[in-house]
Amino acid sequence: MVSGLVFLGSRRNFRVFAADIFVTRGTFVPTLDLVSAAIEFRNVCFRRERGRRLLDDISFAVEEGTTTAVLGRSGSGKTTLLRTVNRMIEPNSGEVLLEGENVRSRDLIALRRGVGYVIQETGLFPHMTVERNVGLVLEAEDHERRERELRSQDLLNAVGLEARTFGPRYPFQLSGGQRQRVGLARALAAEPPVLLMDEPFGALDPLTRGEMQDMLRELMARLKKTVLLVTHDLDEALYLGDRIVLLHEGKMVADLAPEEFLRSREPEIESYVRAFHRGEESAAPNAVGGKRA
Amino acid sequence: MSEFLQQYGGEIAQLTMEHLWLTFAAMLFATAIAVPVGVALTRKPGWAKPVIGVANVLQTIPSLAMFGFLLPLPWLGERAARVANTYAGIRGIDPTLIDVAQAMGLTDAQRFFKVELPLAAPFILAGLRTATVTCVGIATIAAAVGAGGLGELIFRGVASVDNELVLAGAIPAALLALACDGGLGLVERWARVPGPGTAA
Repeated sequence: MVSGLVFLGSRRNFRVFAADIFVTRGTFVPTLDLVSAAIEFRNVCFRRERGRRLLDDISFAVEEGTTTAVLGRSGSGKTTLLRTVNRMIEPNSGEVLLEGENVRSRDLIALRRGVGYVIQETGLFPHMTVERNVGLVLEAEDHERRERELRSQDLLNAVGLEARTFGPRYPFQLSGGQRQRVGLARALAAEPPVLLMDEPFGALDPLTRGEMQDMLRELMARLKKTVLLVTHDLDEALYLGDRIVLLHEGKMVADLAPEEFLRSREPEIESYVRAFHRGEESAAPNAVGGKRA
Repeated sequence: MSEFLQQYGGEIAQLTMEHLWLTFAAMLFATAIAVPVGVALTRKPGWAKPVIGVANVLQTIPSLAMFGFLLPLPWLGERAARVANTYAGIRGIDPTLIDVAQAMGLTDAQRFFKVELPLAAPFILAGLRTATVTCVGIATIAAAVGAGGLGELIFRGVASVDNELVLAGAIPAALLALACDGGLGLVERWARVPGPGTAA
């Protein structure tokens, strides 16, 4: 009877039931992957009208509080997949679950405000100060000015920008790395449990990118956000990802932990790793251990 | 000269105010139609070409002919320019910004008022400025159908072959145009999107 209820209800309900069962009987412990997936893709397919399939039957889950790097070459469908989560793209079939609930059943505006979004060009609004950019979601939700300012300042400090110096500036007065930090702060403003990041450091020089990656890793470890990170940079995926999902022409080729990814003998994975570490002999196996140490 | 001013000074001042009011009313009318139409076109881009096309055709009709129909109509021409300007201003915004505004969960109204309008404002205001200056000139013709304004002095001067009277209408009209240009220039500067080369 109880299990019937469990599977009839949505994922969110399931949690409640599972918790109840645990308390009342003290024996039933629900399997982890059922309860803690923050984002789940189920057989997601997408094609543009008369176009080829950009997403072909994608299924995987992102555990709460972890980072999954979606890796793949240009045109492999990474960004498209990311954008199904905040419904910037609606799949033709399959479903996307956010904290156990189908994103289509959520109010569109509330869904998007509850999901942080960072892109490569940052998309900072040029006519707004840094501080206003960061607080924009709160502004959209009619939060008090003072509250917005305080939150902006906290977040700017959290991403390594001194709020008093950078808050009043305009985006054009910032360097690429600084802009990217502001973009991240803005995505965090509404305290979303989930962050979508689309090549966030793609336009930065290697040194700045490294700094940003360190900052992000440290921040994510502290804030316990669930992150879906789109990148074509293998090193970035290895460094930041708890899992690596490799897409190839819209199909999912792998969903592996970084160590497994490097050890994999899948031809697509091998060729990706090889292409990335061309010229660096046996650099690949060290990439994880070395950087994670 | 001083005698002339003594005789006509009061009238010039009054007609200048009238002229200003004519221009203002026309611009208000034109803006009230043109900006919403321009915005609407950005939502239905398929309509842009025909609508702007028709507006451009209207613009080619001589102002004097238009006065024959209805007083405010001469400014249809200006309106055409404004429709195109508003449309171009909003369409010209970096699509990434629109995309981000949507992805952040701004409502359509918020996206329009917080992002699109402020970013398109410099274009819209530039259009408004040009149109206003032209309008000050065209408004002199309004006197032909008895709408008043500085054109009255000009027409009277032409009819009585009195060059002083023509200038009494023309000079204030020209000054008015310059003043409008300068004033709106300041507004435009204020609305400018901060970027390299501008004082932020």
